[in-house]
Amino acid sequence: MERRTVFGGWLLPILLVLPQLTLTGFFFYWPAAQAVWSSMTTQDAFGAGEVFVGLDNFSELLADPLYVASVGRTVVFCVTVSALAMGLALALAVFADREIRGKGAYRTLLIWPYAIAPALSSILFLFILDPRVGMLGRPLNRMGIDWDYHLNGNQALLTVVMASAWKQVSYNFIFFLAGLQSIPRAVIEAARMDGAKGWRRFRTITFPLLAPTTFFLLVVNIVYAAFDTFGTINALTHGGPGKDTETLVLKVYRDGFINQDIGSSSAQSVILMLGVIAITALQFRFMGKKVTE
Amino acid sequence: MARQDRDWFAHAMLGLGVVLFALPVWLVLAGSTQDSDAIARGDLSLVPDLTNFSAYPRVLAHGTMGAQPVWHMLLVSLGMALCIAGGKIAISILSAYAVVFFRFPFRKIAFWSIFVTLMLPVEVRIMPTYSVMATFGLINTFTGLWVPLIASATATLLFRQVFVAIPDELVEAARMDGAGPLRFLKDIVIPVSGANIAALFVILFVYGWNQYLWPLLVATDPGLDTIVIGLVKMIGVETQTDWSAVMATAVLALLPPVAVVLLMQRWFVAGLTEGEK
Repeated sequence: MERRTVFGGWLLPILLVLPQLTLTGFFFYWPAAQAVWSSMTTQDAFGAGEVFVGLDNFSELLADPLYVASVGRTVVFCVTVSALAMGLALALAVFADREIRGKGAYRTLLIWPYAIAPALSSILFLFILDPRVGMLGRPLNRMGIDWDYHLNGNQALLTVVMASAWKQVSYNFIFFLAGLQSIPRAVIEAARMDGAKGWRRFRTITFPLLAPTTFFLLVVNIVYAAFDTFGTINALTHGGPGKDTETLVLKVYRDGFINQDIGSSSAQSVILMLGVIAITALQFRFMGKKVTE
Repeated sequence: MARQDRDWFAHAMLGLGVVLFALPVWLVLAGSTQDSDAIARGDLSLVPDLTNFSAYPRVLAHGTMGAQPVWHMLLVSLGMALCIAGGKIAISILSAYAVVFFRFPFRKIAFWSIFVTLMLPVEVRIMPTYSVMATFGLINTFTGLWVPLIASATATLLFRQVFVAIPDELVEAARMDGAGPLRFLKDIVIPVSGANIAALFVILFVYGWNQYLWPLLVATDPGLDTIVIGLVKMIGVETQTDWSAVMATAVLALLPPVAVVLLMQRWFVAGLTEGEK
């Protein structure tokens, strides 16, 4: 939609967009260009400077079993975290949408975890699942179950999945509840009159009507699981044991800042950026063109 | 099923959900009042010792295990969260206002070049952004902590949506009254967007307060440790962890953003679900 009435002049509007454009240029386009350039260079063997190597960093990465394993691990992680966080949130939202007593209080009590930092959620989980001090972790070991996420890769993955999903439920809950509330009561009533009962009514009427919300949340959850969980994972396991919880962002960080392999780390950044751009494009394709209207 | 039964079931499920989220926080709250040695032995109890809040003044004033005092970390986090929220809201209002209420050369290009940055979090471009910061000498500075994080499009898009919905008649009336564009921005546009500004403030404050990866990279000086960074450093100490201090710090780290969300819940929920769709 274009506005009919506008103000004249062009100097003022340019001054108004300038701060944001400048920041975007310096902290977005410049780094992005630098990432693309660095991803096609490598450090000279004698440390004398950069050498242009074309797409070598990319082909090396894709041939590296460690990188491929990290991609697979990240996909599994993202899918599990999103499914858990969205499933639980949807169930809670359906109940909170009912006309029951105290529903306002329930909403408040389910919304506040939105404020908890990803890194902090893993510290909360430490006190539950740590094999030595954890409320559950210690009794488990006392009962003879070998529970130690510091040593066992699968248990480590399970722990970071739970901490990451736990933190994201309230965000999803807010959106599912808003989605449910925007469904006209008349539609639900009509289904009720036609004799559609609980679960069937949800499956055939409510859930399809929630599709836009679900799709939006799927994209947000995948991006959250892929990137925002750096703090969760780094605080709890540092990507370990071994590399069992090392997702792509942790690998970019480790290769770039700890191992100082700038070429490879930049190539990984470029691949991540392309991934996010693809997801965003997909979202706008399916979500309609709200932005450009 | 009778209606009463269904209600009972809903209460049970919601109650379980509430406990699932409250319990870990309660555990940390209770633990912060207990003896560190007892916690290390595995005797963490869900019952707080209401006579012992000594861990709080201890960490606030002195820090623990070689860390900065917690009051200092809280201050850094507060400054960072406020600068990110305030800075991003300010630049986004200005650019959205220009794009919606003016026709100027390269307007479309300006809009799209901001829009492209929508979904790209700082996490995917850490290495190159770091080297740009180094070029500007912003490593280990407070400015370096927050400025790069305000360069993103989410807030701009939200304000654009809000501004587009302002009726043309209002603009015409203002022009007939002889109000210039800056006056119109200050007297009409900003007041009518008050609820959206409040909602964005909550979202951005929480976003800023909870940052972890960026401060970890750009500020290695302990004097710039945020509360989240400081807390994670504390659990990294393998031997002799002062658990009640860690738990008291965790409580202090989550209190401010939770308070902001709860106090501004009404605007926050409306703004979040209207804006980001």
